[in-house]
Amino acid sequence: MTNINIIKGKAWVFGDNINTDIIIPFRFKSRTNDPYELAKYAMYGYDPDFHKKISKNDIIIAGRNFGGGSSREQAPVALKYAGISAIIAESFARIFYRNAFTIGLPAFEIPEIKGKVDQKEELKIDVTTYTVENTRTKETFLARKVPEFMQKMLLEGGLVEYYNKYKKFPWIQR
Amino acid sequence: MQNMTSASLQRQQQHQSQDTSHAKTILNDNSLTIAEKLISIKNVETKSVSMPGDIVIVSVDLAMAQDSTGPLAIRSFTEMGINKLYDPSKVLLVIDHTFPAADEKVANLHAMMRDFVSKHNCLLVEGSISHQYILEYLAVPGMMILGADSHTCQAGCLSAFATGIGSTETAAVWATGQLWLKVPDTIKINLSGIFGKGVFARDLILDYIGKVGEDGANYKALEWKFSNENIRKEFTMDSRACISNASMECGAKISVFPNDEVTTKYLEENARTNNDLKSIKIQAGASAKYEDEFEIECNKIEPKVSGPDNIDNVHSVEELSNMEIDQAFIGSSTNGRIEDLEIAARILKGRKVHKNTRCIVTPASVKVYEDAIKRGYVETYLQSGAVFTNATCGACVGTHLGALGENEICLSSSSRNFVGRMGALSSKVYLASPATVTASAIEGKIADPRKYF
Repeated sequence: MTNINIIKGKAWVFGDNINTDIIIPFRFKSRTNDPYELAKYAMYGYDPDFHKKISKNDIIIAGRNFGGGSSREQAPVALKYAGISAIIAESFARIFYRNAFTIGLPAFEIPEIKGKVDQKEELKIDVTTYTVENTRTKETFLARKVPEFMQKMLLEGGLVEYYNKYKKFPWIQR
Repeated sequence: MQNMTSASLQRQQQHQSQDTSHAKTILNDNSLTIAEKLISIKNVETKSVSMPGDIVIVSVDLAMAQDSTGPLAIRSFTEMGINKLYDPSKVLLVIDHTFPAADEKVANLHAMMRDFVSKHNCLLVEGSISHQYILEYLAVPGMMILGADSHTCQAGCLSAFATGIGSTETAAVWATGQLWLKVPDTIKINLSGIFGKGVFARDLILDYIGKVGEDGANYKALEWKFSNENIRKEFTMDSRACISNASMECGAKISVFPNDEVTTKYLEENARTNNDLKSIKIQAGASAKYEDEFEIECNKIEPKVSGPDNIDNVHSVEELSNMEIDQAFIGSSTNGRIEDLEIAARILKGRKVHKNTRCIVTPASVKVYEDAIKRGYVETYLQSGAVFTNATCGACVGTHLGALGENEICLSSSSRNFVGRMGALSSKVYLASPATVTASAIEGKIADPRKYF
């Protein structure tokens, strides 16, 4: 698994309520289990060619309620395999947020991020300390912390990877 | 069921009886909301009560995945090298979204699910929408139900703690019967008054979401309370199911009704397996603490239409009246129950669907399908020019049986109106009650249903 402790990538800036049907429509997500096939439809509802325009390590910046709607884990999977390395949003919908950590895609909640990042600007994220830096403005932001077991699972690359390494589920620690 | 020795059976019975007595103490606690009670009785780590913000590990009574989330859950389960389910009688796979298979790719994923079920001997349902099947046959008050489908929260109508999770987390539940949950804050909603003619539960929940927004209850529990007996009677189980289901559209983690005589009657009529807690009232304590409280006067609600593209984009039916529609869809887990189909039949009886509009009626389950035939609704639909399909999620997710082409407009009783939800990205979906959808199907444009009642 690639090291996701430090991420550097350029920003794609979106608004509020980017829902799971925008991220990947049902008719595409329900017909394959192959993550690279799912990646071809990442952000299809915004731009069907989005997956061709992403560079590896690009970061999504969004407003409120990113990932609202369906429970589809294929939504963070499609983004991850299309090359998105992290998502920073003012807030996340509940199931999407859990799913992102489960599949090893950093999802950082930073309410103050609104208006602080322009399209294509470069960001540097330290996943271990929850810090995000806009490398042009040098402004730094601190993301909302998650329970330690979620953080550990994320750094291992997700729930499957964590389980295969430790032979137990991350929330069973006590 | 698994085979058990008499000693282990006895141990299990003792354990269950201790559990029941512990649960009764918590359910009678005067200081807790329903959500706090339901999560506390399932906490596997402590017998003390769990409060908002606590992260707890709960035992799960039913773990469901459907045909668009199950294949990924099976893949994760297999990748983790797990080869045994925690309890096959509590693991449910449902083939409902694209049933029967619309193409070869879907057929292969369905086959993968059937193979898994046959290997592990767990529950399989084909051709009823999962949430409706769970309501009709499986859910009981006090149950912990997790499902790889956002609308799993529907079972809150039967006083269960029910919420959606992802596929891989579902695989973890299949392995252990447990998962972590954060105890949610609760928003209480008091309902008073009774609906006017032609106004239904769907109008109420659309109105509420329009006011609080698509993330207005994100992470929260919604708890519904009836201020008077008239409104309680108005809220049949089908209406409660609609509310609990659609509460997902403002982000609610659960949306729960206290159990009452409507619950008891429903469970009796839909022969339910033994439930230790059935004699227990699941209702909020008198001194429970809420994050927020809302008052809804049902008599003031008018028919609503939501859309396009966002569910909180809610209008009165007048604002959008005269907008021509290409398709009218009555169905989905939100509004495909027998009461919904009865309303559609009542309005369509002796009338014709407009020549420029397609009208599709899709029941939520095999049981609803059978009831619709017995009651003669299907004949009415066919005579009016509507199409009656098998039970499936179908058109709601644009996967088959009613997808939309470029620039088409659909008025739908289904769950969501997001961009491209039912087909082409340029198509538009508006949401309304089955009454508004059916009235509009006749007129070929968005129409006020009240004149049909």
